[in-house]
Amino acid sequence: MWAFVFKRTLIALSVALTISVLCFSLLQLSGDLALSIGGPEATAEQVEQIRVEYGLDRPVLEQFTTWLWGAVQLDFGRSYYYQSEVMDLVVERLPVTMTLGILALAIALGVSIPLGVVAALKRGSWIDRTAMAIAVTGQAMPNFWFGLTLIILFAVKLQWFPAAGSDSWQGFVLPAVALGYYATPAMMRLTRSGMLEVLEADYIRTARAKGLRTGTVIFKHALRNAVIPVVALAAVELGFMLGGSVVIETVFSLRGLGQLAWNAISRNDYPVVQAIVLIIALFYIVLTLLADILNAVLDPRLRAR
Amino acid sequence: MSNLSSAERSTAPVSPLLTVKQLRVDLPVAKGTLHAVRGIDFHVERGEMLCLVGESGCGKSMTSLALMGLLPRKAQVNADCLDFDGVDLLTVSDRERSNLRGARMAMIFQEPMTALNPAYTLGNQLCEALRRHQRVSRKAAHDRALYLLERVGISAAEERMRQYPHQLSGGLRQRVMIAMALMCEPDLIIADEPTTALDVTIQAQILHLLRDLQQEFGTAVIFITHDLGVVARIADRVAVMYAGEVIETASAQALFQAPSHPYTQGLLRCIPTPGKTLPGSRLQAIPGVVPNLVEKVDGCAFCNRCDQADELCHTTPPLQTVADGHLSRCHFAHQLANPATINAQEVTL
Repeated sequence: MWAFVFKRTLIALSVALTISVLCFSLLQLSGDLALSIGGPEATAEQVEQIRVEYGLDRPVLEQFTTWLWGAVQLDFGRSYYYQSEVMDLVVERLPVTMTLGILALAIALGVSIPLGVVAALKRGSWIDRTAMAIAVTGQAMPNFWFGLTLIILFAVKLQWFPAAGSDSWQGFVLPAVALGYYATPAMMRLTRSGMLEVLEADYIRTARAKGLRTGTVIFKHALRNAVIPVVALAAVELGFMLGGSVVIETVFSLRGLGQLAWNAISRNDYPVVQAIVLIIALFYIVLTLLADILNAVLDPRLRAR
Repeated sequence: MSNLSSAERSTAPVSPLLTVKQLRVDLPVAKGTLHAVRGIDFHVERGEMLCLVGESGCGKSMTSLALMGLLPRKAQVNADCLDFDGVDLLTVSDRERSNLRGARMAMIFQEPMTALNPAYTLGNQLCEALRRHQRVSRKAAHDRALYLLERVGISAAEERMRQYPHQLSGGLRQRVMIAMALMCEPDLIIADEPTTALDVTIQAQILHLLRDLQQEFGTAVIFITHDLGVVARIADRVAVMYAGEVIETASAQALFQAPSHPYTQGLLRCIPTPGKTLPGSRLQAIPGVVPNLVEKVDGCAFCNRCDQADELCHTTPPLQTVADGHLSRCHFAHQLANPATINAQEVTL
């Protein structure tokens, strides 16, 4: 088991290094940074001054190592726009995005797993068909549109929740529902198909032949095996929700990482963009690593590999 | 199970453990209804080894699943009598049924590679049946599992308890399945082709083991197989199935000495005999195919493949008593049972 964790961690670290290279090169490829920071009215001397000031006149490799060395120490430099440390900006925004992502994942898991299990157990029934309809709608609906619909219904008409802001927990309800609903269909369908497959397995017949109660057969013997692929998917979905909540954070005016990223891109605030891309990528890596470990805990056959 | 039956046991002659009369299993399929089991009769005495023999699709597995109550819900089970030690298995509630399963009747399956849950340790899977049916401590269940693992010939049992199914070979897993079936000391074990998926050498070991344990624990066993060689080694009594019917029942000795149904005789001719069957010579086979059980079968189900069939065989043959405890569903059972007839046949062959 520990060998497995060690191996996976090494792989994760090499992926992280690769991403940091890519992340740095992409910005270098996006044109002359000093020119775009200076803006259209800057004189040649001003541009040259910016180039020196930001260290853009140094060789690319040196720029990269300086940046990477900083990044390892969680120092991403100063924001061009806000005139404060990038890390401070990130630390300020991160809790909002994390809360949103985890709430959304909890909603998605809480809905998709029970619904998937019931749909599989009552295959072809009205419950199954309703669940399927929900899944198809969820997959087809753009989440900004669903978010706006939620605002109109629950914030404007019913006034149960605020339409915007992250000052109180109520502010998180609607965006978490909007984001969670987007992740639900895939996980529900995977749970359903996993359960259908597992319920046909020989070991389920063995469990029933032992006279075990239906609940034990379904939850201990079937669900445990059926959720293994769902765990991997949930990790990816959470990564997506952390990184991809740009739209939802904008719709609900939440001061999260997504909003910060969006603003940074439109203001050519490169250190911020670089930092966010790298941090989100690291989240993905950590989550996939956790999913791998969790999978190995659930499925002992994976530990040997 | 009930007090009544135990009182009966002490006065009346001992009733069979399991009595099956006119068991029918129908399964809805795309083209109609599959009559998988078409009215079979047999019984199992306490502590005996009954072999159910027949080729694939003859209804032997369906019979065992019907007895265990493990058929899919859409399957229809009917019978005149399905009595397990005083419990009517036809009317028993789902709850009582699951109280019986694993506790008083257990099952060993054909595929040891897939019959164990990959996510739990063997110890966990062994103990859960006992803890489900009896109020025993974790420790007691653990000790029982350990004892049985050693009893079925697994070394380093303590270590095995902590292992997962994928860490064991097929033969070992089947031993674990046998230990699992014995956890609650059941009265009846149904073993559905337990050696078919194993290597020949392992097969022999498992057969020996089952036979030994059956005698030691006094458990009745319904052993399902398609292999008459296996039957010869372990059976007390045999029921031969063909196309969803039991076509012959007899003690193992009587069946091999005086087979009284053309199908049984055909099966016996299919087995190569050391010394008699010449190297390179073709083995006997029964020509033709099994009738389609979705359609109605008129007359004797075997008559289209039988070399002795005549007009009479288009009517349904009655179950004929050839000798005490030896029944055959053939119009010519009495002639066939006569060794002289068999000898004459062998000459013509």
